Amino acid sequence: MKQVLEFEKPVVELREKIAELKSFTKGSEIDLTDEITTLEKRLENLENDIYENLKPWDRVQIARHSERPTTLDYIESLFTDFLEFHGDRLFGDDEAIVAGIAKFNEMPVTVIGHQRGKETKENIRRSFGMPHPEGYRKALRHMKQAEKFRRPVICFIDTKGAYPGKAAEERGQSEAIARNLMEMAGLQVPIICVVIGEGGSGGALALGVGDKIHMLENSTYSVISPEGAAALLWKDSGQAQRAAETMKITSYDLKELDVIDEIIQEVRGGAHRDIKQQAEYIGKVLADSLNELGALTKEELLEKRWEKYKQIGDYTEMEPQ
Amino acid sequence: MLKDFFSKKRKYASIPREEAKQDIPQGLMQKCNNCQKIFYRKEMIKNLNVCPNCGYHHQMPAYDRIDALFDEGTFEEWDKELTSANPLGFPGYEDKLEKDRQKTDLNEAIVTGSGSIEGKKASVAVMDSRFRMGSMGSVVGEKIARAIEKAGEQSLPFIIFTASGGARMQEGVLSLMQMSKTSVAIQRFSANGGLMVSIMTNPTTGGVSASFASLGDYNFAEPGALIGFAGRRIIEQTIRENLPDDFQTAEFQLEHGQLDKVIARHDIKHTLSTLLDIHQSRGGVS
Ligand SMILES: [Zn+2]
Repeated sequence: MKQVLEFEKPVVELREKIAELKSFTKGSEIDLTDEITTLEKRLENLENDIYENLKPWDRVQIARHSERPTTLDYIESLFTDFLEFHGDRLFGDDEAIVAGIAKFNEMPVTVIGHQRGKETKENIRRSFGMPHPEGYRKALRHMKQAEKFRRPVICFIDTKGAYPGKAAEERGQSEAIARNLMEMAGLQVPIICVVIGEGGSGGALALGVGDKIHMLENSTYSVISPEGAAALLWKDSGQAQRAAETMKITSYDLKELDVIDEIIQEVRGGAHRDIKQQAEYIGKVLADSLNELGALTKEELLEKRWEKYKQIGDYTEMEPQ
Repeated sequence: MLKDFFSKKRKYASIPREEAKQDIPQGLMQKCNNCQKIFYRKEMIKNLNVCPNCGYHHQMPAYDRIDALFDEGTFEEWDKELTSANPLGFPGYEDKLEKDRQKTDLNEAIVTGSGSIEGKKASVAVMDSRFRMGSMGSVVGEKIARAIEKAGEQSLPFIIFTASGGARMQEGVLSLMQMSKTSVAIQRFSANGGLMVSIMTNPTTGGVSASFASLGDYNFAEPGALIGFAGRRIIEQTIRENLPDDFQTAEFQLEHGQLDKVIARHDIKHTLSTLLDIHQSRGGVS
């Protein structure tokens, strides 16, 4: 049973009604062709209306859809010869992050991404895609290896945030995230980051410093979840819908705020509708980014990275008194 | 600003208002957040806002910190004229900023500049938790990035005192991105041999703890400071157990290998001076 999102219910209901009428007329004397044509026209209009005018909260729901493709789904569709490698060599292996090497259009690359589970058991194993320090340190180990062997790094971002746990704090969650930010800032190979689902706070950012930051159309990127923001700002987590609008967390918002480079088109209704097609959309943008960045020297790459981050922010500069 | 020195708990304590007033005349006396003993405010300030009885480190306004750190008359402030915009058009944000400006006499939650510590010149960034709980928005990020760049240009060490609840919600994802912005600045500075020292004061949490606060060549903290990434309550909800009292204190972080040293406020100036001396001309190897 496919998960139906709140805002799509009218579409699903109408579609079911049409199917019902069709099966009713089959083997019956009554001719409902005209009625069915009318309804099909209405369905098309309704779909256009809903899917072309998604509100921030609708996109949050799509980003959280239970069948939304994960990092491993895209790795399977986009890369060949993927070899996954484990462990941070310090403490353990955090399965909330997957990392390894592969080929993209014959080019060797390092691929790293947050990994959610598809069902409860896998989700528990992967801490719901919320990494511990060892996850970030595993990611960093792979990035340094990419630098040594001159491979570009591709990061898929898909997490509600870093895991809020006692052990995570004891092992230096802050340090692990901070370390990644700084090391990614100086990594001497191209880094391309793609937000594929939820980009939640510092836990997302720890895979998110790069030369290109792209977002799938229906993904989100924010400093706090809409529920968290609502609880904090209005003492009412029920106002998440309002917070999703106020906090400006959609791909269109981030493009507007000059934080991201490109919005990657999504299959209508969400990436889960057609993973192959979605992977093609992503693949095209990745190829363009790799081409562009591949033409730069190490020095140019790092200089441009600094310029990119230097301009992020909005403030006023008064005349000195 | 007397009431600012009381913890939340004491504000709602059962002492009747009249009586409390008699106990501690406005501006003259100050009660310790920890041991509740009352001192002359002058005495407390002279003692760097450290309780003379129990040693509790109260919050330190940015300019007081600067006065205590630098040799007299050597501090020169940078980028004071930077103020926050309202990039998300967040309702009520401008009013909140204005209120804090009035309350603190600061333009933002951080002061940057340079000065001399026992004769050795250094650049500094000092956060002030009285302004929007020291939260990091675009201005905080920009002032840190500029200070680090300038420190690089002038070959000065960079010292940062953090005091922050983390990202500033009203600036949304732009506040999150200040974590990367400052980290890129630090990386460039560090790659050129720059010396960075971080001193975490109460509180240093969330996005600040997970970016520049943890990126010093040396990471220090004041005694008892709250330092951590996730909040205590959300952790307790997640793991369904109560956390020990000392969880996420400076001493806890030291024990778990996350800090170089916990330094009492009175010893910070001298420790920094010694450290800067050892790093004169950026290390002994040519
Ligand atoms: Zn005391």
